[in-house]
Amino acid sequence: MTALASRHRAFALTASLLTLTLAVTACGSSSKKTRSTGPECAAYTQYGDLSGKTVKVFTGIVTPEDALLKKTWVPFEHCTGATIKGTFDKSFETQVLVQAKAGNPPDIAIVPQPGLLQQLVATGKAVPASAETTAMVDKNFSTDWKAYGSVNGTFYAPPQNASMKSLVWYSPKEFKDKGYTVPTTLDELITLSDKIAATGKKPWCAGIGSGEATGWPITDWMEDMMLRLWGPDEYDKWVQHKIAFNSPEPTAALDEVGKFLKNSKYVNGGLGNVKSIATTAFQDGGLPILKGNCSFHRQASFYAANWPAGTTVSPDGDVFAFYLPGKTAADKPVLGGGEFMLGFRDAPEVHAFQTFVASGEWATLAAQGGGGRAVSANKAADVSKCTCSEIDKLAFQVLQDPKAIFRFDGSDAMPAAVGSNSFWKQTTSWITGQSTKTTVDKIEASWPKG
Amino acid sequence: MTTADAAPAAPLTTTPFVGVDVASGRAKKKLTSRWASLVAVIIAVLWTIPTFGLAISSIRPQGDIQDSGWWSFFSNPHVTLDNYRAVLSSTGTGGLGSYFLNSFIIVIPSVIIPIALAALAAYAFAWIDFKGRNLLFICIFALQIVPIQVTLIPLLTLYVDSGIGGSFWAIWISHSIFALPLAIFLLHNFMKEIPKELIEAARMDGARHVQIFFRVMMPLLTPALAAIGIFQFLWVWNDLLVALTFSGGTSDIAPITVALANLSGTQGTAWHLLSAGAFISIAVPIVVFLSLQRYFVRGLLAGGLKG
Amino acid sequence: MTSSEKFTSMLEAIGLFVAIVGLIVLVASRFGGRRGDRVVAGVFLLPTVVLVLVGLVYPALRTIYYSFYDAAGSHYAGLDNYKTIFTSSDQITVLRNTVLWVVITPFVATAIGLLYAILVDKAKVEALAKAFIFLPMAISFVGASIIWKFIYEYRPDQPGVKQIGLLNQVLVWLGGSPHQWLINSPWNSLFLVVVMIWIQAGFAMTVLSAAIKAIPEDIVEAARLDGVKAWGMFRFVTVPSIRPALIVVLTTIGIGTLKVFDIVRTMTGGQFDTSVVANEFYAQSFRSNNQGLGAALAVLLFLLVVPIVLYNVRQLRRSETR
Repeated sequence: MTALASRHRAFALTASLLTLTLAVTACGSSSKKTRSTGPECAAYTQYGDLSGKTVKVFTGIVTPEDALLKKTWVPFEHCTGATIKGTFDKSFETQVLVQAKAGNPPDIAIVPQPGLLQQLVATGKAVPASAETTAMVDKNFSTDWKAYGSVNGTFYAPPQNASMKSLVWYSPKEFKDKGYTVPTTLDELITLSDKIAATGKKPWCAGIGSGEATGWPITDWMEDMMLRLWGPDEYDKWVQHKIAFNSPEPTAALDEVGKFLKNSKYVNGGLGNVKSIATTAFQDGGLPILKGNCSFHRQASFYAANWPAGTTVSPDGDVFAFYLPGKTAADKPVLGGGEFMLGFRDAPEVHAFQTFVASGEWATLAAQGGGGRAVSANKAADVSKCTCSEIDKLAFQVLQDPKAIFRFDGSDAMPAAVGSNSFWKQTTSWITGQSTKTTVDKIEASWPKG
Repeated sequence: MTTADAAPAAPLTTTPFVGVDVASGRAKKKLTSRWASLVAVIIAVLWTIPTFGLAISSIRPQGDIQDSGWWSFFSNPHVTLDNYRAVLSSTGTGGLGSYFLNSFIIVIPSVIIPIALAALAAYAFAWIDFKGRNLLFICIFALQIVPIQVTLIPLLTLYVDSGIGGSFWAIWISHSIFALPLAIFLLHNFMKEIPKELIEAARMDGARHVQIFFRVMMPLLTPALAAIGIFQFLWVWNDLLVALTFSGGTSDIAPITVALANLSGTQGTAWHLLSAGAFISIAVPIVVFLSLQRYFVRGLLAGGLKG
Repeated sequence: MTSSEKFTSMLEAIGLFVAIVGLIVLVASRFGGRRGDRVVAGVFLLPTVVLVLVGLVYPALRTIYYSFYDAAGSHYAGLDNYKTIFTSSDQITVLRNTVLWVVITPFVATAIGLLYAILVDKAKVEALAKAFIFLPMAISFVGASIIWKFIYEYRPDQPGVKQIGLLNQVLVWLGGSPHQWLINSPWNSLFLVVVMIWIQAGFAMTVLSAAIKAIPEDIVEAARLDGVKAWGMFRFVTVPSIRPALIVVLTTIGIGTLKVFDIVRTMTGGQFDTSVVANEFYAQSFRSNNQGLGAALAVLLFLLVVPIVLYNVRQLRRSETR
């Protein structure tokens, strides 16, 4: 037994080393929370006493936004006595599916794509929303948003945050110095781009690099153009595959994107040639605006977080964004995204937490928190309390406007084989030279049968 | 770490052989040594430059990293420890410390268990005659190709059903399973190298397999076990997929790789944080390698036997 | 979970494991002689066989089963998934790349590892010199992808813009213009293969160096007395002596290369025609929600390893008759 004995000795040594580490890491206290009933908790009595109960939440939202999210949970924990235990991990999207399929899902998953929501519901482990949650959502959200959280007519997941994607980032300083005005139609945008291009500057910059998700910014571009060229009804047909991916409308939409992104006079300001779009990380795609090498970058409201510290984001600051114009000035379709709280455990505390996130109190808390988590499509959110940027205010305005035409990111709602594979892959090939026809044909071929 | 101080217990010391080797080696090396050294230096430099670049990057300010290559550090040296400070403070409430501890808790059993089991199995394959031995060996060897990903859902289902889902047990068992085929394959080959006569002689003296295993094999294989131990240590230490799936990502049991993968956060290209984080996680494997390296220098079989 | 709880848990696991091994040893030590061999082999192999059956064989069989089913795993699809692999042009590129990886990586990594092991053998600073080559092994794939970003990164050839990728900077210093290394197929695959070689050479060097040290000194001495020069020594003494170790290294790296997907996934995401079977399998199973095609790609991996297995069977037979 000499080998085993000596292994034991080696182990004792390691053990003493580890004790050092122990001293560094503090022992967490595991005292149970109890419910508070102060006046600040008036709005929370509806959730009842949840002392000692724990809700495990799993999300792909990571630093620094995880801290903002956790902050919005504090009043609920304080007033109900429940503990919300969050797991924040970037690989959420693959992990949650593995967990659900293996019968080990979290209590609540914060799902950013309707397509993934459908896959998760298909595992048979998800729990439909309670009557209280449904009532809260009916009160605070439009029927569109409720539909995004439903699968086959059953409502599962109340919406959480929302973001607005139809934005073009630009430099207000440059506009002021050169006397440019914010374009209000697509044609004006092209005219202005040509004007800037004529000065020898490449007006647009873009980056679509995002690891295995490389290509997704083009899917957003194409969705925006689909909405602008053909309107919301055709857009819905396209997303639901009622028209083929290679039919004339989507083909024209992709060609419209090509007028910007595959136009060597337009791109890639400060970053290289057209192909450099494919290798530039999407986070870096707009940065040349700050150095004056580029004028326009189309990216969602969350891009606000990507500007380096010290950049002022305001209508007269270093950078700001304007609405990506429609065909006419009156025509204002908006492309956006959002997250949904899908429950996997049929328990009062899980349903109560889902209801809470759909409430006006939560939406106001999120708005107060600001950062990348401020905006939601919740009509009961008190926008006056928002510590949000001008961009967020604009997004709130559009999302709460009952007349605005809002459409959810289409690739997120398409089947995974398209929305998180071939759409990305083929549009990336398209940037590096593949023709529009081959691109849409290949995506159409990848659409799951049946 | 585990087998490090098992060495003095080994009855066969090889120091005299090494001494002779070095002396004669120096004499014979003179002829080719100049060219040999040059080529060796070139390879060493090529192999080290990428990591060196990372090291330099980790102490440069964020803006510098994005705007110029790491080599411009030498003409324009700005040193900052902000990246390290940010990494050490940014990872959740427990800080990086608790992830570090988890990594140790995960790695120690995940090295000991598969290697001990593999040693027993490899011995059976190498030195015990039984029916179907080669077939079984080939089957286990071929299992190396099974991608870990295909095992995730079945294994996790099993762990959840048996109540050990989301615990260290699930991670230890998984790492042990995944390590076995390669460890058995490597150890079998090393054991086969031991001269048959040695085993036969021991058997003639009436030694049983257990005694041969512990008194003959283990001392001779200590360096090989140390080497495989290091490889297994590195694979487990650097593993993300297994830990992520079976820990569910909670800070309770997730190792440092999980924390590092989330370091850059929403901003994706936080190269300043990533390079500092990568360096922090490299530190431990390097220390382990350097402290166990004497086994490599001596040879995987405890030397001199074949002569 | 507090730190001390974690620690206790680990001690429990190790204690339990020691008890199991102790039991095995106890049982095995009661059987001696040729007749007891089967029992000893049985108890020595029992834990391994159980773990491997549950953790590898069962999932592998399940995968083979699903490879004949559709994307959701609910309808029998015959050989459709396999047909897709061998007919769709994207999948054929994947196969081509995989062949490229498996043909190049093991041989180049082994050759460099061997060369280096011989060069630094018995050198004064051998330990340090080896640490340099071994270093990449200690780095995770995520770490490696960050490291190589600083090599391959492209910045446009414009005034005021500096390169941050070393390779392009070298090109610029030599008077050339920067190049986007990871875009043009099939060269981009080669640049990814370089990363794998960089990682695996350390493994080859470590194992082969140990094997070289095990070459009996008298053989070397005899050859030298016969007037054998450096190349002859390598060709007729070193290589034949370490042949088993060479096969082990080639095999291990070969299988590791077949399975590699992290490098591709983190560096190009499988874009620009760089995907390999292991990465495609991952993408189809976990991103595309196409369980059937994913499973078929995994089965293809099982098949690709067959030549390596057969070669090892032959080696095993040869060593038996030795």
